[in-house]
Amino acid sequence: MTDMSGDIRTAPVLSVDGLTVDALTDRGAKRVLDAVSFCLAAGETLCLAGESGSGKSVTSLSVMRLLPRASLRIVSGSIKLGDRDLTGLGERAMREVRGRDVAMIFQEPMTSLNPVMTIGKQLLEPILIHQGGNEASARAQALRMLDAVQITEPARRLRQYPHELSGGMRQRVMIAMALSCRPKVLIADEPTTALDVTVQAQILKLMRELKGEFGTSTILITHDMGVVAEMADRVAVMKDGRLVEIGSAVDIFERPTETYTRELIAAVPRIGARTGTDGPPAVTAEAKAAPLAEKSLEPVLAVQNLKVTYGARASLFGRKAGQLAVDGVSFELRAGRTLGLVGESGSGKSTTGKAVLGLIPYEGYVAIDGEELMDLSVRAMRPVRRLAQMIFQDPYASLDSRMTIGAAIAEPMLIHGIGDRTDRADRVAELLRRVGLTPDVASRYPHEFSGGQRQRICIARALSLKPKLIVADESVAALDVSVRAKVLDLMLELQETEGLAYLFISHDMAVIERMSHDVAVMNGGRIVEYGSRRAVFENPEEDYTRRLIAAVPIPDPSQRHLAMTG
Amino acid sequence: MRIAREFLRRPTAVFGLIVVLLVVIGALAAPLIAPYAPDEQLFDGLTLEGAPIGPDAAFLLGTDTLGRDLLTRLLFGARTSLIIGVVANGTAVAIGLGVGMLAGYLRGPAGNALMRFTDLMMAFPALLLAIVLAALFHPSLWIVAMVIAMVNWVQVARIVYTETRGLVERDFILAERSLGAGHGRIVFRHVLPHLMPTAIVWGTLGIATTVLLEATLSFLGVGVQPPEPSWGNIIFESQSFFTSAPWLVIFPGIAILLTALSFNLVGDALRDILDPTQRGRM
Repeated sequence: MTDMSGDIRTAPVLSVDGLTVDALTDRGAKRVLDAVSFCLAAGETLCLAGESGSGKSVTSLSVMRLLPRASLRIVSGSIKLGDRDLTGLGERAMREVRGRDVAMIFQEPMTSLNPVMTIGKQLLEPILIHQGGNEASARAQALRMLDAVQITEPARRLRQYPHELSGGMRQRVMIAMALSCRPKVLIADEPTTALDVTVQAQILKLMRELKGEFGTSTILITHDMGVVAEMADRVAVMKDGRLVEIGSAVDIFERPTETYTRELIAAVPRIGARTGTDGPPAVTAEAKAAPLAEKSLEPVLAVQNLKVTYGARASLFGRKAGQLAVDGVSFELRAGRTLGLVGESGSGKSTTGKAVLGLIPYEGYVAIDGEELMDLSVRAMRPVRRLAQMIFQDPYASLDSRMTIGAAIAEPMLIHGIGDRTDRADRVAELLRRVGLTPDVASRYPHEFSGGQRQRICIARALSLKPKLIVADESVAALDVSVRAKVLDLMLELQETEGLAYLFISHDMAVIERMSHDVAVMNGGRIVEYGSRRAVFENPEEDYTRRLIAAVPIPDPSQRHLAMTG
Repeated sequence: MRIAREFLRRPTAVFGLIVVLLVVIGALAAPLIAPYAPDEQLFDGLTLEGAPIGPDAAFLLGTDTLGRDLLTRLLFGARTSLIIGVVANGTAVAIGLGVGMLAGYLRGPAGNALMRFTDLMMAFPALLLAIVLAALFHPSLWIVAMVIAMVNWVQVARIVYTETRGLVERDFILAERSLGAGHGRIVFRHVLPHLMPTAIVWGTLGIATTVLLEATLSFLGVGVQPPEPSWGNIIFESQSFFTSAPWLVIFPGIAILLTALSFNLVGDALRDILDPTQRGRM
């Protein structure tokens, strides 16, 4: 393992010097990467950390020379692999380098594997291209690689197609493909972002082990400071196309010199941060002075034995039984409180959220403010709808791109026939101010805003009917950490002032811990553990909950635990 | 105002608009500006051997095999072809949009029934259908336009259906439903605007194929009846003389091409200008 001090004793494997990249747009060139320089030592893991738009991916694509030619161009700088400058290489020479000297793995293992080719074919391809040899020897190496990435039954996997493997297995195959020609440099672009937290822990552990075995230098690109802390020897923090700070992991986390790095690390929610408290932190001055007493007794949301079945249908040939996505879920939620619904993908947490609002068919009992939803028509449901609103994961996708945000925020009032035109305009302005935007942006369209602003707009829309309950489905998952912290604070503030109840659905344990009063852990369509946040996080009863909590990367290099224990 | 300003900034769109306007004016003013009558068989319109005359001073675009002036017939033919192109194609796009959107939004048994009907229409040979319809109703310009619309809406419906199915899965539609929006509001305020680019592309691209389908029908005798000229039937009447009198095919061909292209340029520009996401970011 390399030293942690950050200085490089041996000659670097890869050195990037003054790399500058312009984006070509209709309105002229725009700088997206500005004089970025860093070195990568042999066997070292360098993390490129930063928020969206910071230039991390552009940097890695520049190294691979895979920038889309029509829109991005390297203006100046050098990328030296050993003593070869990659910026000067032709496409043919570059093809030799890719896969053999520099290999890459991507975020989404399903889309970066070809769905109609067997794993074996795809795994053999780079070996045959770069090392030649016959099919039998390539096959033998492919099997060794699958073994190295700890895939069971490697011989059978070679005959399988990508959809037959789980997400974690697919990412293992991608890693096997990338390492099969023993590249000098491995670039991993958000390799675990699309994976569940327990799977992420396994993949990170594997990457560490492989690093010892293959000695590959790695550039790990991630937005997740927890992953950075777990994996990095050195960290390069990027912002707006510049390298803000570079140093050893310990230095960056414990002695950051730049304000931006400090802010970035401070914004990361840490699991265990709320240990010893019962609820989320107070945000407003009033709430700080006088914590909300438990007031209302009637639950805003009551759910009993909720079941949702997917894919069931009656056809000519009898009834086809569906798959039970939610299997007998019960919980209740009171005003001014937050129930965190946490689980991995496929656990049924989002389905539960949608069923609660009557957006998908379900069985069981759901009552909002004492009124049972079941079998209400669209019209009869409207008054109930006013009480319960939803905030989605992707704020851009949940706003109509062809409608101004003023119209979008006013629309719920229009649907429910509240107020006249001027009333609605006043309310839109008030709501925009409420969520921290200025009223004059009402005539703009969603694409003109940043991700955080869009989520604020979605919150404003949800608030326009003065609801009692908000279902927030992964509402901050698509946001950068610094923005995420602010949106969460806004949600807490609104809860304190408006007495909102949140059903807060997330896969992120740290966010759940920060926001919730009570927590329900879901797995396989069932609630496996349900209790106060304090009880669930501090004394988890179920093994599954303990595993979930243990798998969360901690943004502190001195507390590395994933690779060590697994 | 903004639309006009943006439009004028695009040279190709302005070119398209000018050509479209010229064709429309030419068609409207045909009786005033045409040098001859459209069905007049001119004595000096044929050579002594009875062959048509190529472009010269008296006949700017030449004459056809019956000695009629081609320029005159093109001007009058523009009336027919524009009506067919705009009305027939517009109707086809409107029907296709309606059926596709309804089927894509409803899904389930009703949506399936609509789409199976569409597939049936698609599987039916378009020409045969047109011939049957045209034989049932005595062919007139409007009947021909409706026959063409009946045949051409199918492809539009198919594409709109697929797009609508994708749209209704999107989060913002789910968001609307969670707000309590009714079906009408979702379909007309949120689905339809997103289908406009498709409608505009079909509305302009389809004009050329529509004009040609009308020509085919005319050729088979179930389209616009001679001697009334349309660009299509001018080509079809004369195609066997292509080697000896090429102008009879080339000029109407250019007219169809240029008109279709111009509609397309205008449509493209409108699609971009009307799309708010194409405008600058904050």
